[in-house]
Amino acid sequence: MSPTVKLLQGNEACVEGALAAGLRFFAGYPITPSTEIAEALSERLPRVGGRFIQMEDEIASMAAVIGASLTGAKAMTATSGPGFSLKQENLGFAMLTEVPCVVVNVMRGGPSTGLPTSPAQADVMQARWGTHGDHPVIALYPASVPEVYEVTIKAFNLAEKFRTPVILLMDEVIGHMRERIELPDTPPVPVVERQRPTVPKEDYLPYDNSQDVPPLASFGDGYRFHVTGLIHDQKGYPTSAPAKVEALLTRLQNKIQSNLDEILMWETIGMEDAEVAVFAYGATARSAVRAVRIAREQGIKVGLLRPITIWPFPDKLISQYTSQLKALIVAEMNLGQLVDEVERATKGQVPIKRVLQANGELIAPDTILRAVLEVK
Amino acid sequence: MAVRHEVRLSGSGGQGMLLAGIILAEAAILAGKNAVQSQSYGPEARGGASRSEVIISNGEIDYPKVTEPEVFMALTQEAYQKYRHDLGPNALLVVDESLNLGDDLPENVKVVRVPIIASAVETLKRPIVANIIALGVLVGASSIVERKYLEQAVLRRVPRGTEELNQKALELGFQLAAAAVGGNK
Amino acid sequence: MLAEKYLRDAMMPHIWCPGCGHGIILQAVLRAIEKAGLDQDKTVIVSGIGCSSRASGYVNFDTLHTTHGRALAFATGVKLAKPELNVIVLTGDGDALAIGGNHFIHACRRNIDITTIVFNNSIYGMTSGQYSPMTPAGKFATTSPYGNIDRNFDVCELAKAAGATYVARSTAYHAASMPDLIVKAIKNKGFSVVEAISQCPTYYGRRNKMGSAVDMLNWQKENTVNVAAAARLQPEQLAGKIIIGELYNNPAPEFTQQYEELIARLQGGEE
Repeated sequence: MSPTVKLLQGNEACVEGALAAGLRFFAGYPITPSTEIAEALSERLPRVGGRFIQMEDEIASMAAVIGASLTGAKAMTATSGPGFSLKQENLGFAMLTEVPCVVVNVMRGGPSTGLPTSPAQADVMQARWGTHGDHPVIALYPASVPEVYEVTIKAFNLAEKFRTPVILLMDEVIGHMRERIELPDTPPVPVVERQRPTVPKEDYLPYDNSQDVPPLASFGDGYRFHVTGLIHDQKGYPTSAPAKVEALLTRLQNKIQSNLDEILMWETIGMEDAEVAVFAYGATARSAVRAVRIAREQGIKVGLLRPITIWPFPDKLISQYTSQLKALIVAEMNLGQLVDEVERATKGQVPIKRVLQANGELIAPDTILRAVLEVK
Repeated sequence: MAVRHEVRLSGSGGQGMLLAGIILAEAAILAGKNAVQSQSYGPEARGGASRSEVIISNGEIDYPKVTEPEVFMALTQEAYQKYRHDLGPNALLVVDESLNLGDDLPENVKVVRVPIIASAVETLKRPIVANIIALGVLVGASSIVERKYLEQAVLRRVPRGTEELNQKALELGFQLAAAAVGGNK
Repeated sequence: MLAEKYLRDAMMPHIWCPGCGHGIILQAVLRAIEKAGLDQDKTVIVSGIGCSSRASGYVNFDTLHTTHGRALAFATGVKLAKPELNVIVLTGDGDALAIGGNHFIHACRRNIDITTIVFNNSIYGMTSGQYSPMTPAGKFATTSPYGNIDRNFDVCELAKAAGATYVARSTAYHAASMPDLIVKAIKNKGFSVVEAISQCPTYYGRRNKMGSAVDMLNWQKENTVNVAAAARLQPEQLAGKIIIGELYNNPAPEFTQQYEELIARLQGGEE
């Protein structure tokens, strides 16, 4: 075994990916099942000249990450559902002020304290609509330990490139399970750095609407710019002038919507001739792969649609197959969240079978297989 | 088609079943195979029954949980009762000698019932290494990974300064397995 | 000139009411920054939400106007990520001690090198006059129409107890001496708190029949005793008086410095 092959937890792979992407600041608060991320970074970050801090609460962790990012540091926090709720106000601040950062939510059963040590996928709508106001969201959701590593790097890349928080979702199964992973010496995807201003300091517009993503200066570099959670003009100063408000909020939408090709990621299996598809993500997709394979062995033409980017919702992943499908099965560990997005994307052209489970257990392959046999 | 081996290790919380599962999975990876390890991870992590599951394959592993254990190890009666429900025919059952297995085992289950806890307490005077003895028994009786990779994995994962103790524990486990099933080193 | 150097013309006029003490206090902060010789490009001003927190927008530094109560948490991220920056937090009594109370005591405990100026006008001015954790008992606000039955914090005592290493108090009336206290707060390598008592004639003053802004400034003059003078007075002579001046100065190991030492130790290969 080469020295780079390891047995790692999803949470540990997230740490490796973050460090490979250049993470230099982590603020967090302990919460199961994400705590291993904080623990590992408390050990690793100071060794690479980065900083770790355990803040007094979840809200403060999100705030500290934004403050650190404004100094130029790649910054991250990690939490689970209840903590993710607490972070939402400051997450909204980062969306509006366009501060790059990565927010990890390792999902557990809920609502409330719920099932702290059991998996769920019930925060996928919170990831989209948890904070207030109108804004786009990028949320990624890997399904294996090696993929956590790679997708974490991509999360940082998207955050830095598009000057936005990126939400990295896992479920307890993916976060806690250990799996074989090969850690390369250099990151498998090029690491992206945020664009810095090149204009004279007095001409700097931190919220320049003439480009999708204005360059971001760092505190301490002499640009002396203002960052406010109030709606602001191109200079960053508060404004309520309708034209300026609209220009900013429209650009926030556009910078994501006009770059979907770069943001949307998915995997399909056996879709070439599939008449039935299973839509599943995260750990549930692992069960779906098994179900699809067994069904294929029985001669059923079934395939898998697995989004890795869940927000913006990958409509195209669905729509490109609607004409060939007789039925679409959506399996998720909640009582119906992304299934409504799938339904919207099919425009009513494909009947949908819901395989929903919110009992603290990973949906079993048999459960999905039964649904395949029912609709085939 | 990939061959998938499912192993469940169970005992009381604090008995080191989580670590045993990690070591077994790592041994498989050292042997060039694929492996996934997971655990039921209750707030009752200390005391109560706990389990660790390992899937070993020479190919891709999709569903990461055990559905029908090929090898099931239980160190306590409570863990045995709680986690034996999906035990299939022809499985290997590795248990501590203190356990009462009842008379309703599936057909052709091979039972290796040896003094794991007592050996840790009486022979090595260190109850804490019961999990490593148990691993030795499990691998000795199942040959699910080669012994040399298990030894490497144990040394990588146990605390520094305890290597010798754990090597002894592992050897003891293999001896117990050999005595029970006759060979299979 | 101070105003030209430190104020953002484009942000004027400011939102503060005529007679508000906040402008006086902001001037004292800017005088202190000048006097302390801080590099304008290496100084970050962080604020929360409220009347006082609008100050960050008015001044020509890197400035961060955050969410309600969270200024210290954002500032902690700024300071820890780039310790060479001077970080000054401008906050109010509601911002720092109600919604931000937890961050306040933990910033004190950590002794992180941040200087915090608490503009204390005893009221939520931005939302037109609700009582705050520093509205004295018995006083009136839109949400204490029968007189406030909540007890108020003494922010200086709170800061000391929680671990701040420099604590001082002044008032808008004492504008001339306030900058020296803020300079010392800035120079303290650790967490410093300066309570700056401000007047809000619009809401607090009117509701509590305290008269004009000038009357309120006079009230500040008459109801305060300098800490040196207070030491010579009997407790009964000090009853109802507010002690101003440097209340506490007791340096202790600073958080980011200790973290830098940890990095140096680990990167030096000692562990």
